Amino acid sequence: MGELHLMTVAELSDLLHAGSVSSVELTRAFLARIERHARALNAFISVDAELALAQAAAADERRRAGDAGALLGVPIAHKDIFCTLGQRTTCGSRMLANFISPYDATVVQRLRAAGVVTLGKTNMDEFAMGSSNETSFFGPARNPWDVTRVPGGSSGGSAAAVAARLAPAATGTDTGGSIRQPAALCGVTGIKPTYGRVSRFGMIAFASSLDQGGLLGISAEDAALLLAAMAGFDPRDSTSVELPVPDYAATLEQPLKGLKIGLLREFFAGLDPAIEQLIRTALAVLHTQGAVLREVSLPHLPLSVPTYYVVAPAECSSNLARYDGVRYGYRCQSPRDLVDLYQRSRGEGFGAEVKRRIMIGTYVLSAGYYDAYYLKAQQVRALIASDFERAFHEVDVLIGPSTPTTAFALGAKTEDPVTMYLNDIYTIGANLAGLPAMSLPCGFLEQLPVGLQIIGPHFAEARLLNIAHRYQCETDWHLRVPQGFG
Amino acid sequence: MEWEPVIGLEIHAQLATRSKIFSGSATAYGAPPNTQADLVDLAYPGVLPVLNAEAVRMAVEFGLAINARVARRSVFARKNYFYPDLPKGYQISQYELPIVSGGAVDIVLEDGTTRRIGVTRAHLEEDAGKSLHEGLAGLTAVDLNRAGTPLIEIVSEPHLRSAREAVAYMKKIHTLVRYLGICDGNMQEGSFRCDANVSVRPRGAEKLGTRTETKNLNSFRFVERAINYEVARQIEVLEGGGRVLQETRLFDVDRGETRPMRSKEEANDYRYFPDPDLLPLEIDQPTIDAVAAGLPELPDQKAQRLMSEYGLSAYDAGVLTASAELADYFEVVARDIGGTSPLQHAKLAANMVMGELSGLLNRDGVEIDGSRVSPASLAGLLRRVVDNTLSGKIAKDVLEAMWTEGCEADAIIEARGLRQITDEGAIEAAIDAVLAANPAQLQDYRGGKEKLFGFFIGQVMKATSGKANPGRLNELLRKKLGGG
Repeated sequence: MGELHLMTVAELSDLLHAGSVSSVELTRAFLARIERHARALNAFISVDAELALAQAAAADERRRAGDAGALLGVPIAHKDIFCTLGQRTTCGSRMLANFISPYDATVVQRLRAAGVVTLGKTNMDEFAMGSSNETSFFGPARNPWDVTRVPGGSSGGSAAAVAARLAPAATGTDTGGSIRQPAALCGVTGIKPTYGRVSRFGMIAFASSLDQGGLLGISAEDAALLLAAMAGFDPRDSTSVELPVPDYAATLEQPLKGLKIGLLREFFAGLDPAIEQLIRTALAVLHTQGAVLREVSLPHLPLSVPTYYVVAPAECSSNLARYDGVRYGYRCQSPRDLVDLYQRSRGEGFGAEVKRRIMIGTYVLSAGYYDAYYLKAQQVRALIASDFERAFHEVDVLIGPSTPTTAFALGAKTEDPVTMYLNDIYTIGANLAGLPAMSLPCGFLEQLPVGLQIIGPHFAEARLLNIAHRYQCETDWHLRVPQGFG
Repeated sequence: MEWEPVIGLEIHAQLATRSKIFSGSATAYGAPPNTQADLVDLAYPGVLPVLNAEAVRMAVEFGLAINARVARRSVFARKNYFYPDLPKGYQISQYELPIVSGGAVDIVLEDGTTRRIGVTRAHLEEDAGKSLHEGLAGLTAVDLNRAGTPLIEIVSEPHLRSAREAVAYMKKIHTLVRYLGICDGNMQEGSFRCDANVSVRPRGAEKLGTRTETKNLNSFRFVERAINYEVARQIEVLEGGGRVLQETRLFDVDRGETRPMRSKEEANDYRYFPDPDLLPLEIDQPTIDAVAAGLPELPDQKAQRLMSEYGLSAYDAGVLTASAELADYFEVVARDIGGTSPLQHAKLAANMVMGELSGLLNRDGVEIDGSRVSPASLAGLLRRVVDNTLSGKIAKDVLEAMWTEGCEADAIIEARGLRQITDEGAIEAAIDAVLAANPAQLQDYRGGKEKLFGFFIGQVMKATSGKANPGRLNELLRKKLGGG
């Protein structure tokens, strides 16, 4: 069974079901790969092999007792932003480097209930603030397609782990593109569900009105299986939505005939022609299956980045106030007094990017600036959301690129935060409007993967997964594995 | 120059919910430190608030009780500041869109006039924890049991013009929240407390003076003293040619004065913004109607009813309805005395409840529901006044004995032989004896010193141990003196 690691979750599920492999065997195989590639990729912050194997043994036991859940015994990785009971949950920060969570996030709990095994916790930008994984206190994860390049961020560890087949799938979170951008840069399939579709309880907050949990995997089919287990109303998250979760797998095969695809004029203006070429080729694949293409315009979309960089820091400045060195987390040595405790614990516990955003956020919420920045940004956000709404009266989904470039070199953008922020130019709009969106591999430029983005109306996850799956039935970009990880 | 104080109060009332406003922890007072704080109260990474529906219902009740607007849509906001007793680094409160706005309550002043005091708004928010310093040798400890306890902050218009008005207003709100059962009103435990905004201006002026805010006053007496001090201080500053600084002050109970809080603590920019973890709070009309239908009889309604059903004065009705329990007690007494209608002996019942009974309650520091004389027993006592077995004066002594010994009135009357003397022969005999024993006074009386009438009454009462029926005695003595 040397090829186990190349299999999708759906295939592994079948093997487990047939009894061809046990969860313990599978888990052991992935743990071995994680260990072998740990130094090269730095994709994981924590791996608890003993716990993973215990969970796997429990899953095998459940199966022997007659349980036949589709995900029973499937091992995956969790982004280290999800709290896991009794395990270290760092959020990529020195602040929480030794934080042992006393509870499970709802997402973790639900997947665990379905029998999913936790291989480990993946690397990420500190508190999910970054687009390259370089803000992680634990050092950047690396892109398996070229280890001198970034995997993207903030869910960079999850993307790298799936791309290198160290895990068949991994959870992620997406506040401004943190699932889709690394999925694109690492050549994997990522989905950010509708805001409110997946519980945020136990998912460490960055910007509460934008954060949404989702996942990264090999295929849309796998995403459908896992999302169905993760999603759903959670009474512990007041912003989660009380809507039934559809059986995403059941509608994957639906034909695309008559599907109306909108091409975002704003996404193609100024796009690298080589990337545009790959996107157009992908669109042709969908067109061949009966989809119709139409150009649409979202006039306020170009304001996404400045809007986002007011709203997200504002919320983060407040969300991160709880890390004060008093109850848990990093505390400075021998504080002189309360103010010294606060200043040094936070000054030493947070990295530069987190501090930058806390300062921006504090500034835009300050008396005298609130109206000019925060309130104005909320107004623009509403305009962007209504642009999308209008577009969805004309078309079923919007398609464009996920990122403006392929994976860039480590260190290339760390000097200039604005250049880094512009990497999320195509992904942020869906977060501001709370829309579901996916990124899937659609080709390569100079041996580096390129991502295709699909954005849908609220709660259209089934449709997005259907389109992505039909595309993946016709192409094999998502099955390509970087050299050295096959 | 004559100065006019302008006062507004911000009252914080803890809502009597069983669990906290955003978590499932219990709210009971006095538990060992940090035993009633869960991961949400401790602001652990990843946790989220969930609004307590009961707290919302209570706030709606309050809004309806003060004839305010209950917002169909209100918004929770974060008030950001760092303090160890504030685990999240922000307090969840309501800022721009509160749940209740634009209400009013009436207060009765001592001269019997009524004033209407506007309530600008009342909003839901969470309480902070407590910092503990005692017995910790320079260290500070944090107890988060109170963190997340639901509060309504009730903000008055600056309609109050004296410390006494402020106290009357605060008492009115106190009465109201206790009638509604939404707050236990316990001021020592901090369940009901206020901040006082005080300014002064030349009488007749339109423009408001600069105000100060005195924080955390947790007794009616402190409110009165702090406001009086602050008014006098501000007048002194202004008359001395100075300026009142807009600042936050604390009341020093021991020294009876207010003083500024350290400026560091008030230099906060709270950076309020809508809490993205909580959706706007939407309340529909059927919900509001259902709460309205369940409202108990409120103090003003009850007072009106006591006036019309029992013929009480506005003053008496006001005193008796200060608590629902006191009013209930009175009503049982008034009905149990008997008679042709509840009106007949209501004044007698009211006087006894407001006078002697309240005196005993105050003396022993118990509330009306802890009274050692039940309303039925008190009615039993008053029946003996009505049927002339006891004089009013002796009835007071009997009440005290009932209170101390826990017996019924009749038992005490029998045991002590307190039955009033109404028999004419016995009273006449006592009068004759007194007149015979005081010939000089009798002569003076007949010589025109009519004031001595009272002297003879007193002597007869003394001789009968106070048991002579006062009406009968009066009548017979007058007859004897006139006829002699």
